[in-house]
Amino acid sequence: MDIPRHWRLKKQRYALVGEVCEHCDAKLFPPRDICPECGEEAKTLFQFSGKGEVYSYTTVYDAPQGYAEQAPYTLAMVKLAEGPLVTAQLTDLGEQPPAIGMPVEMVTRLLRSATDERGMLIYGYKFRPAVAQAS
Amino acid sequence: MSNVIIAGIGQTPVNEQWNISLRELAFQAMEAAMQDAGGLRPNALYVGNMLAATLSRQAQLGAMLADFAGLHGIEAATIEAAGASAAMALRVGYLAVASGQVDAAMVLGVEKLSDQVPAEVEHAMAMASDADYEAEQGLTLTAQAALLAQRYFHEFDLPQHALAGFPLAAHANGAHNPNAMFRKAVKLETYAKAGMVSAPLNMFDVAPHADGAAALLLTRADLLPPKFPHPLVEISGSSAVSDTLALHDRPDPLAFNAARLSVERACKQAGIQPSDADFFELFDAFSIYSALSLEAAGFSERGQGWKLAQNGALAPDGELPIATLGGLKARGFPGGATGAYQAAEAALQLRGQGGGAQVNGAKIGLVQSLGGPAATAVTHVLRTVED
Repeated sequence: MDIPRHWRLKKQRYALVGEVCEHCDAKLFPPRDICPECGEEAKTLFQFSGKGEVYSYTTVYDAPQGYAEQAPYTLAMVKLAEGPLVTAQLTDLGEQPPAIGMPVEMVTRLLRSATDERGMLIYGYKFRPAVAQAS
Repeated sequence: MSNVIIAGIGQTPVNEQWNISLRELAFQAMEAAMQDAGGLRPNALYVGNMLAATLSRQAQLGAMLADFAGLHGIEAATIEAAGASAAMALRVGYLAVASGQVDAAMVLGVEKLSDQVPAEVEHAMAMASDADYEAEQGLTLTAQAALLAQRYFHEFDLPQHALAGFPLAAHANGAHNPNAMFRKAVKLETYAKAGMVSAPLNMFDVAPHADGAAALLLTRADLLPPKFPHPLVEISGSSAVSDTLALHDRPDPLAFNAARLSVERACKQAGIQPSDADFFELFDAFSIYSALSLEAAGFSERGQGWKLAQNGALAPDGELPIATLGGLKARGFPGGATGAYQAAEAALQLRGQGGGAQVNGAKIGLVQSLGGPAATAVTHVLRTVED
């Protein structure tokens, strides 16, 4: 089981920590160290708000190994308020059908249970419909 | 630099071949290619394979398959670029022969998927995506293609079944290919009734995984014996381009930029325009890939690629035949081996051996393989050799 790999990703998985390019102010998630916008070094950490909207979505019926218990589940690309797209599941949809443009916000949920004897639980970000803002 | 000739081709049927091992499958294709080339023997072997290390727990296919084929002592290694593995192996073989360092190169695509259950194969295929930021979210390549399709339908306001024309064209052609997994034409009504795999993609929008091996034996024109047993086909353009691995890292996910650039570069090298091609073997792992690949190659405007599949333009007697021997959808999708099938089928067309799906008078073929949603794109221009 690849425990160190998941441990290394905890800032990204639990808190959407990416980077900001100090040269052109582009916000980057996942962190990648070289800014794709201007080609300069970008190593300054930046925490995203977790707000965004659905760019695209689909339903997964034929789940890969490790995800069968959750199937069918809704997978999406979410356009974060700060710019980047991320791939993540939608959750807590209830009766509400997913739609392109739907406002969503990040929550922490179980991504999968490892199928080996250790049964490691892997948590990370998913997105739920945005709770209406108090005016 | 001397021209690189495809002197021999060999293919095994694409199917679930429970009774044949990885090495036997590979040898059948290599043996057929050597026979087709009049007994020519390679001094290098480039294997295009994606998943043997994962699904068959076998690495170092180069040494294993050279040994099994009795090609002792030759240079041999695996090239991996997901679905574009064999196409990339073809490029490596092309470069090796064109450089003069290798006289005859065997390019082999092989993939053995049926040794594992489908959920395991989906999981392994998803390794072509970003493991930390895509696959770990429960993404499969099929779901990723569905995300592209959903967005495409939304942005360009497509009608229901807008992508149906691609699998219908592929199945009509696959009926004429003895190596195809599905050899039966499909009607629109059948497509419309098929179960959803990942909305909006149904079963017919997704190419079936299967086992397969195909081989091409490359050499230089000046090394060929006189009175060769069949018409000659040469590689006149070759290009490989990469894009971001994760789809979400692209400013515009619907633009297959690597696919566009590799077509432009391969055509430039060959001294042709894409429109000069008599057919286009594109990478129809998913019907949405076909639409986006046609747009990337410049055959239609953005958002309009699906329309090419509406009126017979993609049939063997149409303006731009695609998937001429069934494509990935009907011939089957043997993972990293696919590019070798695509090139072998293009060579058959250029030799005039396309059978019932022959593109009449075909002289130039464009062949493109993709790794994931064009994170890797490899394009070759093949053409007939004039006497």
